[in-house]
Amino acid sequence: MSQVNVATENKSFVQHHFVDAEQQFDTAKLGMWIFLVTEILFFGGLFCAYVVFRSWYPQTFMAASGHLDKILGGADTVDLICSSVTMALAIHYIQVGKEKLTFILLGITFLFGAAFIGSHLYEWLDEMSVGIYPGSAYAFKGISDPHAYVFFTLYYLMTGLHGIHVLVGMGLMAWLMVKTKRGRFSSEYYTPIEITGLYWHFVDLIWIFLLPLLYLVD
Amino acid sequence: MFNLGKYFLPPAKSTFAHNTDALFNFITTTGAYLLLGIVVVMIYFVIKYRRRSEDDVTSLVDHNTTIEIVWSIIPLILVLVIFSWGFKDYYKLFTPPQDSYEINVTAQQWLWKFKYDNGKTTMNKLHVPAGRPVKLVMKSNDVIHSLFIPDFRVKHDVLPSKYSIVWFDAKKPGHADLFCTQYCGVGHSNMHADVIIQSQKDFDKWLKQGASSSNGKPSGKTMAEYGKELYQKNGCNSCHSLDGSKGVGPSWKGVFGSKVTLSDGKTVTVDENYIRESILNPGAKIVKGYNNVMPTFQGVLKNEQIDALIAFIKKQK
Amino acid sequence: MDSTETKNKIKLKVRHFPLDENPPSHYANNKKGIKSWLLTRDHKRIGIMYLCTITLVFLFAGIMALLIRLSLWNPANHIVAAKTYDILFTLHGTMMIFLFLVPGVPTTLGNFFLPMMIGAKDVAFPRLNLASYYIYVAGAIFTIFAIINGGVDTGWTFYTPYSIHSTTNVLPMTIGIFIIGFSSILTGLNFIVTMHKLRAPGLSWGKLPLFTWSIYATSIIQVLATPVLAITVSLLIMERVLHIGIFNPALGGDPILYQHFFWFYSHPAVYIMIVPGFGIISELIGTFSKKRVFGYWFIAISSLAIAFLGFLVWGHHMFVSGQSALASTVFSLITFLIGIPTGIKIFNWLATMYKGSITLKTPMLYALSFIFLFTIGGITGIMLGALSVDVHLHATYYVVAHFHYVMFGGMLIAFIGGLHYWWPKMTGKMYSETMGRISWFLVFVGFNVTFFPQFILGAKGMPRRYYNYLPQFETLHRTSTVGSWILGLGFLLMAVYLIHSLVKGKKAPSNPWNARTLEWMTSSPPIGENFNYTPVVTHGPYDFHRPVSEFLLGLAGSDGHGGNGDLHPEGGTPVTVEESNN
Repeated sequence: MSQVNVATENKSFVQHHFVDAEQQFDTAKLGMWIFLVTEILFFGGLFCAYVVFRSWYPQTFMAASGHLDKILGGADTVDLICSSVTMALAIHYIQVGKEKLTFILLGITFLFGAAFIGSHLYEWLDEMSVGIYPGSAYAFKGISDPHAYVFFTLYYLMTGLHGIHVLVGMGLMAWLMVKTKRGRFSSEYYTPIEITGLYWHFVDLIWIFLLPLLYLVD
Repeated sequence: MFNLGKYFLPPAKSTFAHNTDALFNFITTTGAYLLLGIVVVMIYFVIKYRRRSEDDVTSLVDHNTTIEIVWSIIPLILVLVIFSWGFKDYYKLFTPPQDSYEINVTAQQWLWKFKYDNGKTTMNKLHVPAGRPVKLVMKSNDVIHSLFIPDFRVKHDVLPSKYSIVWFDAKKPGHADLFCTQYCGVGHSNMHADVIIQSQKDFDKWLKQGASSSNGKPSGKTMAEYGKELYQKNGCNSCHSLDGSKGVGPSWKGVFGSKVTLSDGKTVTVDENYIRESILNPGAKIVKGYNNVMPTFQGVLKNEQIDALIAFIKKQK
Repeated sequence: MDSTETKNKIKLKVRHFPLDENPPSHYANNKKGIKSWLLTRDHKRIGIMYLCTITLVFLFAGIMALLIRLSLWNPANHIVAAKTYDILFTLHGTMMIFLFLVPGVPTTLGNFFLPMMIGAKDVAFPRLNLASYYIYVAGAIFTIFAIINGGVDTGWTFYTPYSIHSTTNVLPMTIGIFIIGFSSILTGLNFIVTMHKLRAPGLSWGKLPLFTWSIYATSIIQVLATPVLAITVSLLIMERVLHIGIFNPALGGDPILYQHFFWFYSHPAVYIMIVPGFGIISELIGTFSKKRVFGYWFIAISSLAIAFLGFLVWGHHMFVSGQSALASTVFSLITFLIGIPTGIKIFNWLATMYKGSITLKTPMLYALSFIFLFTIGGITGIMLGALSVDVHLHATYYVVAHFHYVMFGGMLIAFIGGLHYWWPKMTGKMYSETMGRISWFLVFVGFNVTFFPQFILGAKGMPRRYYNYLPQFETLHRTSTVGSWILGLGFLLMAVYLIHSLVKGKKAPSNPWNARTLEWMTSSPPIGENFNYTPVVTHGPYDFHRPVSEFLLGLAGSDGHGGNGDLHPEGGTPVTVEESNN
């Protein structure tokens, strides 16, 4: 039982300062949840800035948001939701010891992430081609409102920050795939997959908030 | 009760200063008694309960509900008293009297400009009449500054984004120091002005002498007269009447200080900041019953010109 | 193993483990070579590395302070140029706050002693702990670059619009602060999880030493507030680089919005700085009065209350900023409320001394100084919270004096006290008690001579961040400067005798102060694993009436811990303890 410190079980994956695997697993999960709380506050600060600006320039935000591609935004959302499903399945399969399926599902999650990044890069390049840049580099003439650049700067900041988180997630996926292939995980020990899953779901959740704020303002 | 505070404070040259000082004294003296009590108890315990041997047996008392409640409630009452007292006086500071004499203040790196109602401008010398409330309407041309007159016990940040107010009633003719007290760059410590308090007679005499011009404002004109010129030259007169009749935009007759209802249902008071915002960002607040057609004058009208228009609008009763 | 659970209690088999005063190797020499330090996962080694680094920071920022005071000797300043002065006070503030006080106690004494005090072998995430250290170093490097490249002159508060236009090295400095913020977040995260998951059997929340409670409360603030600093700094960087127009009035932005963002973090930050100090004082007063700390639960819960309320008072830095009168009123009220739990702790500590057995060793001298100095700091804080008086005192030297009394007279004094208290445990050496007392005296006197005149200066109207001043303030300024020299001397002496103790000091016993918390139940210095058995806790941390031997209990059969697979302790006496981990 994990409530009492006894001599460490002789399992190679249990670190020396933990009593048993269960304690190590619980500890890792608590750590990840707290980390996600800090991420909520981090993104929250940006959302706060967004709210302030939107209250100053409501018309601008409507006009500028209309310029974003809703279909692409919707597709991105579906993509990330699917990736969360495959991630959850990957965890399920490792829990029942099916490492091969886990490997495949991690790979599919990775691909969904890559598709998301690809779609964003395409969107960004598309916007830049008509002069929509962040900050003072903004040169788009298609919206008459002089404050449109504020919306687009926020758009780049928020999708950019989110995109970095997706990239980090993809890096974690790749690393997990390597370790799975090498047989480092089993139904007894799959902590890194579990907590990466938590992180990935969080990244998905942030996007679900970003979508209406950026793409659906009207 | 002895008044410790008086050793700390400068002379009280405004009618309000006594209020601030009284609270300062109260907190300082009460605090000093508290500190004394703590020190006495501490020294007494250190001596009385000094360690006599390593085998000393000490009391197991670690709890006493009565004492703990008493020493929670008494400080709570004290701080609530201090809070209410501070709030009462702060409210006075925030509400300048209706008939205050207004002086316009512009802060910039690193000097103070003062403009009086007849158009006269001074730099780094603030003349004020004694014995009546004086209201400073302040704005910065660049970064945040802060106007501080220790002898009057008044202070407020001077902002580039909106007007701010400070008011005082200087009791007797004399002198006071005025400092900038929000760090604003290398010249921050040199941003000093002299406050010259004069009797109303002397002040009026001084005011009439050589009204100087600055920044393109024609000399000899009051702020309000200049504002009228701008009203005509910049086309305000094509939409805003002075006689109460409704045009493309609301009339300016009696508008300053009134409450208007906006298109979204909220009500606002027409003050300096509202007028400034309407000139620079007209779409931000639209009066109910009018359309969002006013062009912005950002980049067209300078700050001093906006000040003049505001002075003109104030005169439209 | 026999275990029954009845109402949160479990039965364990324990035995007494005699303390080995002189183990053959300990944490500092069990692995040799610089790589064994730079790549260590041992929380104790990481704590020592942090201690060395922040001492260097303190030295540098302290020299800035001496230069500031020196240049204020004359009203018409000719000692340094105005811009240099502005850079000096900005660097002093930024380094003292972000690089010294905020990491301060948690990363040094917290890292070293939190696991030991809860009977654990390390923190929850040792590798993350090492990463936190390197992230701190990376941020510090950006800061050093900003300094070498000519410094920053905006003040540590970076108020806009000035910070947007300043041509000094705002960008590398703010990037450095951004990076250091992550170090702070990860350390806090690590400690929270450690407290929840790694407590020894029997160590319920009610038996934890108050120092650990204070680290826990501090970690919660760190985790919740620091991300907001990260965003504030990012937005400032975006404003400077991309001109997004959020804080710049020329582009339609609001400079007061910056102040709201900034102080939303920076007010909780002051609680990050002081709350660990409260924890240290509890330990010192308890041990050197040989008595239970009075009002244990009040002190523990009040730390959490302060952590929570601390998020609601940021606007008291903005009473004359252009903030609405209503907002100012609300902030003032809550500010007074938060003063109450803080102030009551002082009474609790005094009551701890009542009918105790008091000895004035150096750590205790610092603890008593804390009570005196922090009371002054606290009362002057009440003064500043009063709306009408704050109008007069805001942005004057009164504020400078107030925060130095709480940060230096409070936090730093507590830190030094804790350093002296735990020095024998960390280094295995005793320092000279006489030198400790002389140095204490110089620091205490020097501090008051430096900062008390500043209350008078401020109330008389002397603004802060002034590089020259009107002649009427000269005497007070010069007194303050002389005080800074006495302070400097005191610290110099401290460095000398502490370093001397490392080389020539007497060997320290495991428990020189006859305390009862777990870190004293192992050798000085401790072995790498902290304990070579699993401690079991049956008493409270301040149960001085029970003999030390009753604190040397561990799970029978748990020595040889580290892989012999023995899950079934043999022998030992059954004992019932409260459940610990959740």
